[in-house]
Amino acid sequence: MTVTTPDAGRAATTRPARKPSQRQQLKAQKRAMTPKERFVRRLPLLPALVLTIIVTQLPFVVTLYYSTLDWNLLHPEDGRRFVGLSNYTQAFTDETFRTAALNTVLMTASAVLISMLFGVGCAMLLDRKFFGRGVVRTLLISPFLVMPVAAALLWKYAAYNPVFGLLNAPAALFGAEPTDWVSKFPVASIVAVLVWQWTPFMTLIVLAGLQSQSLETMEAARVDGAGPWQAFRFVTFPHLRQYIELGLLLGSIYLVQTFDAIFTITQGGPGTATTNLPYFLYLEAFRAFDIGQAAALGVVVVVATIIVSTFALRVISSLFKGTEAHA
Amino acid sequence: MQKARATLAVAVCAVLVASGCSGAGGGSDNGGGGQTITVATVGNPQMQDIEKLTEEGFTKKSGIKVKYNILPENELRDKVTQDVATQGGQFDVVTIGAYEAPIWAKNKWLVGLDKRADDDSAYDKADLLEPMRKALSYQDKLYAVPFYGESSFLMYRKDLFQAKGITMPEQPTWAQVAQYAAQLDQGGTAGICLRGLPGWGEVLAPLTTIVNTYGGTWFDKDWNAKVNSPEFTAATKFYVDLVRKHGEPGAPNSGFSECLTAFSQGKAAMWYDATVAAGSLEDPNVSKVAGKVGYVYAPVNKTKSSGWLWAWALAMPKTSKKQDAAWKYMAWATGKDYQKLVGEKLGWSRVPPGARASTYEIPEYQDAAKAFAQVTLKAIELVDPDNPGVQPRPAPGVQFVGIPEFADLGTKVAQQVSAAIAGRTSVDAALAAGQKEAEIVAKKYQ
Repeated sequence: MTVTTPDAGRAATTRPARKPSQRQQLKAQKRAMTPKERFVRRLPLLPALVLTIIVTQLPFVVTLYYSTLDWNLLHPEDGRRFVGLSNYTQAFTDETFRTAALNTVLMTASAVLISMLFGVGCAMLLDRKFFGRGVVRTLLISPFLVMPVAAALLWKYAAYNPVFGLLNAPAALFGAEPTDWVSKFPVASIVAVLVWQWTPFMTLIVLAGLQSQSLETMEAARVDGAGPWQAFRFVTFPHLRQYIELGLLLGSIYLVQTFDAIFTITQGGPGTATTNLPYFLYLEAFRAFDIGQAAALGVVVVVATIIVSTFALRVISSLFKGTEAHA
Repeated sequence: MQKARATLAVAVCAVLVASGCSGAGGGSDNGGGGQTITVATVGNPQMQDIEKLTEEGFTKKSGIKVKYNILPENELRDKVTQDVATQGGQFDVVTIGAYEAPIWAKNKWLVGLDKRADDDSAYDKADLLEPMRKALSYQDKLYAVPFYGESSFLMYRKDLFQAKGITMPEQPTWAQVAQYAAQLDQGGTAGICLRGLPGWGEVLAPLTTIVNTYGGTWFDKDWNAKVNSPEFTAATKFYVDLVRKHGEPGAPNSGFSECLTAFSQGKAAMWYDATVAAGSLEDPNVSKVAGKVGYVYAPVNKTKSSGWLWAWALAMPKTSKKQDAAWKYMAWATGKDYQKLVGEKLGWSRVPPGARASTYEIPEYQDAAKAFAQVTLKAIELVDPDNPGVQPRPAPGVQFVGIPEFADLGTKVAQQVSAAIAGRTSVDAALAAGQKEAEIVAKKYQ
């Protein structure tokens, strides 16, 4: 990027008094390039861009188109009919859809927040030097490496099962009646599995943040008389802000799409207590084979997710900014 | 952050659209020998057996190679329905259930098999069990051939019954079963194991047979929804009460596999479920109760019999370009010789049951399955898939209603019933919600 056009060279030499910053140099280059040159420079990127658009945006456009059709795979005699927005009105008047939307928000938010809390805790502990730290770290991370379906099966049978499950073992020692965890606390059961899987992820991200913190700052805080809590609250926490933010965002993005745990453990039940949007969509697409309706639901989910994540991000950022000393 | 959001949008879209597009593909070589056919099949033990035996038993003789696509039940249904409905043409032979066969035949997705089966004298179409043939036909034409079939019956622990001095009648009533369940429910052993897992193929299968025998129905012959009728309600209340009071722990999340585990580990005194379960229960390698289980007909109330009927069957999509080769494979897999091959190579208890009358005449099979073979055969023969209740039905099916909407309707109602079993809603509320859904479906047909 340094030796480019003669224009750039001239731009640099016209102001001999002080060396222009890199930014200024780049600006100068940009100004000097003709549209054609700019196009030629970007041309090699084009295949990748086109591919990205084909792979990502085209399917969405097709989904948009499908969402305006009355098209049920199991009724080929009806064919595909254009019905405008009626699939959307149907979605919003469907009570199960609203329940599913609420469940999604509830499960995602609680799973992300709880695993972040645990994640910060674990990361703080792991940030100290102690014997066997490497082993402990690996063990802590391992839940994240288990495939979601395998993890869900493990929890379903090894932990929650009222007959064989480990969670009932302590109670059984005292002769208490076994608890049917999944039926009694369906949402909590799902969230627990998600937290178990996602705490390691949050730990990793926060740990990266902690390890990038300079020791001098902490030392300075201590010299200034800050106790451990104050040091965490006013020095470490602001430093971790962007890491926590990133963790929350990535966590939400993945957890909104939770399907495996629900499909495996509760099948969305009892009733619709744990039916979230991906599972609802799955039922609509693969039980009813109602492609139009399912596509409309999908579009609603995408739009809603984008809106919610945008807002959530803004709120989180501004919250943190309020408490922060330096940007 | 912007990028992350974009990634999110992209990821969600990609998932969505996967539902709309199905991969087109499948070769189209039309030569004589050396053909390859693609078979979509369900991942249960019998189908895994056939994969093992194909090379030696089929390919060597016919020169036709078989490519298997083995999937779990739900995924198989999703994938095959998509492929066939969108004319994808990936598969030459698909495995479908008794529920799909008439619906797909009506949609003109399947090749009629009567002519091929009649022309093939070695195939002996008449040997296929009558209820199976009926269930896999549409307008009296056969569209799928049964690989294995099942009904439902009541399994009970002979030792526990004897200890209590109770004799199980050959044809119990549901009132008797409820009474026995109360007597035998103690400690770590539940009185009875019944499915409670949401899903039209899970909790609704046993429940609908009870609804039938209590005089209820999903729809009357003029397509009026009857889900909140007194008979349907009484049956559902009976089921929910029974499983809540004397059923297995964790009932709302128990399906066939969970009940199989519980019963084979001695955690329940009775179990009402599919006849195929017997094969696993009598296998000492996986079952602690082998040899201790008795088998009687599905309990009844108002009807004479109440067992369900299910088949996994092979069908040929119209999009297949290798229909002759496909039929050769189907005839082999559902033929008489295949059953002998399984018996000789893998053991007689692994013969796919319930499809052919001749299976039950093989002495080795009779011996290997003596505890349950006859009652299974009779249970299947007793079923009339078109007329399982006390009133005429608008669509075929015992434990389901043979219309495309039922998978969705049934799943929704099953969720409600499952919630009632979990104690999160009442049966009346559950069925009121079900009635609403059923009325929407009924409108299309009235």
